[in-house]
Amino acid sequence: MKGRRQPVAYLYVLPALVVFAVFLGLPFLQTFEYSFYHWDGLSASTWAGLSNYRDVVADPQLRSAFGHALMLMVFYSVVPIVIALVLTALISRAHRLRGMSVYRTVLFLPQVIATVVVATMWVSIYSSHGLLNQVLRLVGLGSLARVWLGDYSTALVAIGLVGTWLNVGLCLVLFLSGVGNIAPTLFEAARLDGANTRQEFLAISLPALRGQIAAALTLTVVSALKTFDLVYVTTRGGPGTSTTVPAYEAYNRAFNTGQVGSAAAVAVVLTVLIMVVSALINRLQPQETA
Amino acid sequence: MKLKRTSLVGLAAVLSIGLAACGPGASSASQQKTGPVSTSVGSKKITLTVWDQNTDQGIDQAQQQLNSAFEKKYPNVTIKRVSRSFADLKTTLKLALSGDNPPDVVQANQGYPDMGAFVKAGFLRSMNDYAKLYDWTSYYPQSLLKLNSFSSDGKTWQGDDLYGVSQTGELVGLYYNKSLLAKAGISQPPSTLDELDADLAKVKAAGTLPIAYGDLEKSPGIHLYGFVLSALAGSQSVQDLVSSTSGSWTGDQEVQAAQTLSDWASKGYLTQGANGVSRDAAIETFGKGGAAFTITGTWQEAALEASPQAKQIGFTALTPSGSSTPVTMGGEGLAWAITSKTKHANAAAAYIDFITDEQASQTLVKLGNLPTVVPADDKPATGTLAADITTAYGTISQANGVTPYLDYATPTFYDTLTAAAQDLVAGKKTAKQFTQTLQDDYAEFDKSR
Repeated sequence: MKGRRQPVAYLYVLPALVVFAVFLGLPFLQTFEYSFYHWDGLSASTWAGLSNYRDVVADPQLRSAFGHALMLMVFYSVVPIVIALVLTALISRAHRLRGMSVYRTVLFLPQVIATVVVATMWVSIYSSHGLLNQVLRLVGLGSLARVWLGDYSTALVAIGLVGTWLNVGLCLVLFLSGVGNIAPTLFEAARLDGANTRQEFLAISLPALRGQIAAALTLTVVSALKTFDLVYVTTRGGPGTSTTVPAYEAYNRAFNTGQVGSAAAVAVVLTVLIMVVSALINRLQPQETA
Repeated sequence: MKLKRTSLVGLAAVLSIGLAACGPGASSASQQKTGPVSTSVGSKKITLTVWDQNTDQGIDQAQQQLNSAFEKKYPNVTIKRVSRSFADLKTTLKLALSGDNPPDVVQANQGYPDMGAFVKAGFLRSMNDYAKLYDWTSYYPQSLLKLNSFSSDGKTWQGDDLYGVSQTGELVGLYYNKSLLAKAGISQPPSTLDELDADLAKVKAAGTLPIAYGDLEKSPGIHLYGFVLSALAGSQSVQDLVSSTSGSWTGDQEVQAAQTLSDWASKGYLTQGANGVSRDAAIETFGKGGAAFTITGTWQEAALEASPQAKQIGFTALTPSGSSTPVTMGGEGLAWAITSKTKHANAAAAYIDFITDEQASQTLVKLGNLPTVVPADDKPATGTLAADITTAYGTISQANGVTPYLDYATPTFYDTLTAAAQDLVAGKKTAKQFTQTLQDDYAEFDKSR
């Protein structure tokens, strides 16, 4: 093995690099440029300096959009990962269960359905005569029934729970494959030492799943931060502005209200935020032994 | 390590090139030069590219018929039609117009966010010369022409330059269910806001939902507030307010209109949890006889005529004090405009005239649409919903009693108003706070002009 890199290697990555540069790199730089202007998307623009970025912090509407995204992170990442870990602990013990692959498919199904379809379905579940309220009335909790997406205190949580439902399957499939990689002898040894189920899970499965948990965190946190379609279809940021998210604000400002500069600034901040968060999560990854 | 530094330098170089170039967007709208105009489309073979939003069934059929009739009349012209839904058109038209090869004819939404921005950027051709040539100035009511006009710099709406004409008319009005009103002991539909208020109380007491209202999509909030405001303040003051001529959103009547909605919500006159109910669901509830009233546009006529209660449904608008005719929000469909880069302005104008003139209006009526100028001989059978709508539109548009959609006021007003209207109905904002939010947006825009 030669220690130095060969120049010809760059030739091999060139095609991919060109595609990246043309479809991602250049547009990103262009967006970065736009973010320093006040521009309606059509007529002449004026230099804005950093004021678009200042607005991201100062404008209460934008600030709350980022706040909502952080809140969604809990429902998109933390909750599904916890649920998936519990399910993994249960399922991995019952792997000789009949029809296991059917359960796995069903739990993963939400990931396969287009988000617009998922959103439309949940709009109907959350509506005033929807499934959720019907169930509540059936069990005598009719007083709790409400239009979940129209209520200021529940709309964001309602959207978050759709995210939970979406991501549980993804996390579960990741974790199950991780548990499958653990040598059965480890469990055997633990059992011989008299470990119970809980101890087995905490001492063997959980540490072994560190890599999968980091991967699940990255995927779900990024999906929480860039949520757009779910909000666009279910609430359009409403009621009021209680469910706006950065990606929706960026879209709306660029294409509807003619604030392209501000939209670009939101998009840049969102991109940087996603990069920083993914970098932090990557530190959780078990390091390859040198 | 060395490698990393070079790539950073490279990135910095690319960035600085990007930033050194002057800002995005056209430099400024240059003075347009337009040649002499004529009704002749010539004999050269040409293709007109037309972007419209006539995707709903009735209007789509009408458009197809009108296009083929036009091609028959002028065999040298081929129409290339690109049809998109309203929301799709709104987001893609900007990009299409700023390209080097824009369509020849487009449907542009009125007001600052769309038509104003296009005029400011110099994308649309002033149509004053064609208005004289085709006598549009006497064919259309003055108030409707004004909605399609801007100052030539795009900064003042309802200015001196006409940038399009409309094919269809629209009104936001009060749909009512006759049998449910009778059940509540009401013999006549209301004609003023006070009467409506009294009727709402009676309907509620009779155990019926007074107003079916769904605002999940956020736009119905504009219709509800605009309808009440128009019925209170009258046509002139709403016109002046939306066109930034005079008035303030925190004025007495503006606050009173907001208070009315707030009261309706707290008294349970509106659908419970309306912010989470879709517009279609509300229309369906009303169409099934689940509510005595609903406030929406004439574009729901076809849907309601197909509903189970169709025979019981009537349409009306309210008369403000000091006016002899009803006043309500509405106007006309998107304006058909000519782009400034077109090479076939004469043919484009001939096309626009052809699809909006009296003969075209008859085609529109036949297929269940409401044309901007209702043909004199169009008399639907009395007592039907179609008759109510045609009569109301005729009376109100001829008396210049149509107030513009409130979201025309500023480029961001649609967002501001729709979010604030949800806050108001949910009791998150008082009437005063609601109007102050609108005024803040309005003042911000005023400063930037």
